[in-house]
Amino acid sequence: MIIKRFTASILFSLSVIISPALIADEAQDKGLAIAKEMKSRDRGWVDSSAEMEMVLHTRGGRETRREMRILSLEVQNDGDKSMTIFDSPNDVKGTAFLSFTHNNADDDQWLYLPALKRVKRIASKNKSGPFMGSEFSYEDLSSFEVEEYDYRWLRDEEVNGELCYVVEIIPRDKYSGYSREIVWIDQSHYRALKIEFYDRKESVLKTLTLSDYQLHLDKFWRPAKQTMVNERNGKSTEVFLRNYQFRSGLDEQDFTENSLKRAR
Amino acid sequence: MNVKLCAGAMLASLIASLSHAEFLGYVGVQARAFPSTAADPAQGSETLSGVLSPEWYQQWNDGDDSFNIKAFYRYDSQDDERSHADLREFYWQHVGNSWELTVGVNTIFWGVTESQHLVDIINQTDFVEAPDGEDKLGQPMIHYASIQDWGVVDVFVLPTFREREFAGKEGRLRSIPITLNDAEQYQSDRKEEHIDYALRWSHYLGDWNVGLSWFNGTSREPLYLPRATAAGIALIPHYALIEQSGIDAQYVSGDWLWKLEAIYRRSIGHSLADNYAASTAGFEYTLTGINSLFWDLGLLLEYSYDSRPRPNASPFQNDIFVGGRLSLNDIASSEILFGYSQDVDDQDSRSAFMEASTRIGDSTRVTAEVFHFHGDDSLDPIYSLRRDSYIEIGLEYYY
Repeated sequence: MIIKRFTASILFSLSVIISPALIADEAQDKGLAIAKEMKSRDRGWVDSSAEMEMVLHTRGGRETRREMRILSLEVQNDGDKSMTIFDSPNDVKGTAFLSFTHNNADDDQWLYLPALKRVKRIASKNKSGPFMGSEFSYEDLSSFEVEEYDYRWLRDEEVNGELCYVVEIIPRDKYSGYSREIVWIDQSHYRALKIEFYDRKESVLKTLTLSDYQLHLDKFWRPAKQTMVNERNGKSTEVFLRNYQFRSGLDEQDFTENSLKRAR
Repeated sequence: MNVKLCAGAMLASLIASLSHAEFLGYVGVQARAFPSTAADPAQGSETLSGVLSPEWYQQWNDGDDSFNIKAFYRYDSQDDERSHADLREFYWQHVGNSWELTVGVNTIFWGVTESQHLVDIINQTDFVEAPDGEDKLGQPMIHYASIQDWGVVDVFVLPTFREREFAGKEGRLRSIPITLNDAEQYQSDRKEEHIDYALRWSHYLGDWNVGLSWFNGTSREPLYLPRATAAGIALIPHYALIEQSGIDAQYVSGDWLWKLEAIYRRSIGHSLADNYAASTAGFEYTLTGINSLFWDLGLLLEYSYDSRPRPNASPFQNDIFVGGRLSLNDIASSEILFGYSQDVDDQDSRSAFMEASTRIGDSTRVTAEVFHFHGDDSLDPIYSLRRDSYIEIGLEYYY
């Protein structure tokens, strides 16, 4: 009987140890499944282009604008390719940035400097820094790839009347500026509505709100507006994306060092 | 009247069919002061100058064809030779399926290192503009590029040579004795009409960038020959015929960028030029987010070697360069670039520079620049510049 009790207690303590692990596994599987569904719903756009306007707000209420164009190419079995062409401020006009994201390797990045007519390779670590003095980092603006994170579903919750999955995602990239992110994804269309970015000290660094979603080609949802608020310094940046074009015939040849040099 | 209307409508539709076009550029003013007394009493000690650089381009045929113009004019209050105009770009470009053809005047950059640009040879350097050698004169060319899976092959035919311009009598940053403009000599009987050729293969493979290049023609770097004139001894530039083979490579790993450039230059025929080899190798290491304001600091270290003895060797014949690039990542895109070069053989031969800039408002940049030169050996190429250290502040308006 003592033995029985002893066995029972072992079984009990084992179950205490094992069951949260099982639940954690389930939460991870569910998180990963949500991410995969999100990505698979966004497959097949082939190529896209859009005009981007950034409005930088200082805490004192001053506004500064940046304009650029973004070209993207969907790549099968690897990360997407993108080119960003800067139109303002005037002194950076003609500067262009080329990026190849990779699922299981560091991204490849190049910057074209028109004054020197020089293409410079950028060390892959340079992704956590501010983009053009804004509250967005290069990392925040690069394409979402399932393989770049670990996932955990936390709970379901409503945001602005939309029922959302709340998923914690942890960057695998050691050069990421974040320890983790919490993403609110709406259950009807798998669109990210809100993201909280956490720093190494586990406090919220920035909050991104994605809104004014528009449906393109009857399949692809794109936010016309994104607002990043820096919780640390009170500054914020709004990004407006306009004039989206899909499947306009861009190919690999439009994403090379040569095309970067002649990007206008 | 119908004809007029018709022509008007045709013109309107033509303009509408021309896609992207833009007019841009900048104007600026700079004030430069030289704190040390000049080596030659004729040289001034401060200068005010203005710069104008308009640019225009027009694309048509869905962007497959384009026409590009970039003009440059500088007025300098001290030195008539530094007041100069140049057509940096004036070319038509056609982009085909995996090829490009460019005809006209253009500027081409090759290479990866920061302290000097050894493999870069297509364009003449505009040394009256700045002593760092980053400004180039426009080069007439026919340039065909073939873009393949195994790399890019560039073929250049360069029909006209651009001679280097030298600072005038009143100007600083020149040789002592003075180098004469419009007195150049050529090894080739065809002089500046000699047709030069260049080839380059470059490829990107994951973390590697590699380029192999070859040039045959008139050297962009002259030799300096003494000549007696009514006003005393002067130098005249002599342009030899050379063949240059070059390699440049870059490897990126995390926050490290490893860089290498090397050339071998061979003189052709009965030449005054030496055969020699030169190389620059080093790295750039980036520290990101060094403070709570997310500043980035890129650290540079490069070593340069040139097989020629003084005085023919470049200033970088056995030199260590250390430098840094501080990016403030702020709204004003503030940046500071600085560097220090030390000759390993000659402790007294060194130079240093600092360039800083920040934006005011939406379209204006304020710049500050300091160059320092030090040399005690009269055979050292830096020796002529030893009294020409300077400070410059400037304002540029972009449109």
